[in-house]
Amino acid sequence: MADKPRLSRQAMCDRIAMEFQDGWVVNLGVGIPTLCSNYVDPSRDIIYHSENGVIGYGPLAAEGEEIPHLVNAGAQKVTAAPGMAIVHHADSFALIRGGMIDATVMGAYEVSENGDFANWRFPNRKGGGIGGAMDLAACAKRVFIALVHNTRDGKPKLLHRCQLPITAPGVVTMVVTDLGLFDLKPQGFQVRELAPGWTPDEVQARTEAELAVPETIPEFQLRNC
Amino acid sequence: MKNKVLPSFEAAVADVPDGSTIMVPGFGTPGTPRNLMSALVDQGATNLATISNSVNRDIAVLVEAGRVRKVFCAFTAPTHPSRDTPFVRMYNNDEIDAELVPQGTLAERIRAAGAGIGAFYTPTSVGTELAEDKEHREINGRMHVLEYALPAEYAFIRAWRSDTFGNLQFRFAQRNFNPIMAMAAEVTVVEVEHEIVEVGGIDPDCVHVPGVYVDRIVQIPPDGIFD
Repeated sequence: MADKPRLSRQAMCDRIAMEFQDGWVVNLGVGIPTLCSNYVDPSRDIIYHSENGVIGYGPLAAEGEEIPHLVNAGAQKVTAAPGMAIVHHADSFALIRGGMIDATVMGAYEVSENGDFANWRFPNRKGGGIGGAMDLAACAKRVFIALVHNTRDGKPKLLHRCQLPITAPGVVTMVVTDLGLFDLKPQGFQVRELAPGWTPDEVQARTEAELAVPETIPEFQLRNC
Repeated sequence: MKNKVLPSFEAAVADVPDGSTIMVPGFGTPGTPRNLMSALVDQGATNLATISNSVNRDIAVLVEAGRVRKVFCAFTAPTHPSRDTPFVRMYNNDEIDAELVPQGTLAERIRAAGAGIGAFYTPTSVGTELAEDKEHREINGRMHVLEYALPAEYAFIRAWRSDTFGNLQFRFAQRNFNPIMAMAAEVTVVEVEHEIVEVGGIDPDCVHVPGVYVDRIVQIPPDGIFD
């Protein structure tokens, strides 16, 4: 059976960004999560923080308007938003560990039903790419994960237990995939919204972990501004 | 006050001995001391150790020449195996040593070295493979791991503006690791991008690194490396 259409990466990140509340300080990881800043709700002020000490950067810089000395954590050229502040790297992570990050959004290879996630090392290889992920995962108030629901060969990524070395234990609060939005509860993954046209059984069939399914499931919220 | 300006990058790095540990700031391109690193390639020192966020293109030149014994950084593998670099292959073949450090722990270890702090406890990495051999302590109900200060003999710094004594200013995200590395090294060498002004030319309230930490200053010439 050919799969139904799945959500785009931008739709996934739009939905995550809808969770950001006015005044939140948010850190976006490299990759899919950077798309969250493309969703702009004018009624909410979101302060984007980047590991290199930029607090309150603006949208990506248009061609010709780049400032050579101003980049985000993905080394993308960004604009200077009014009210922006700059600190050095140790102070930037003091801000993270000190509990000032309301939400961090990261990609992951795997998430497990106990709230662990893995995003820094592949098996059978030395080393890894941690960057600021362990500091953010351990210390942000909320850890949101954006990932496609299955690997290219169809394997599930929402698991009973992570197989790869984890980034932090028990910290994930919400996961958005191309099939829906899932909250991490003490008992595991709970469906909050599903992608248009997908049923709980169809999504469960593509998931290793047990999904708790409420009686009514609203359709996935798409961008309306 | 002492004038620390030197005429060339060559002169600024001439005494770096074999076996030195060198701090190399930069995050993306901003704040990377590319001219000093280029001079170090020509200078010839070997058996080096580097402390940096990643094995950037300038460190990679030294690594691929077999002149680095160990790197300390927050990335020792690419996010996808298809993006392997010569450094990653050398590391997987045990041709170079590496210590993978979470970025905030790396920054704080450098800061501690400059601040006279021997070690500190952090919650970062608790419950992961990286914490396995580390001393743990529960503080206020939360588990922490002990991390030691990370000093170096040299720091190469990229600043926006300096005075002739070495009071430094950075521009936007150029700051990143620069101030803490300038404080943590025994010898701090600075390449200046925009201008070197007379002492008194920088408002004391706007100094990002006090000149007492700085030993040598070189103005990047118009044909220097700016990207």
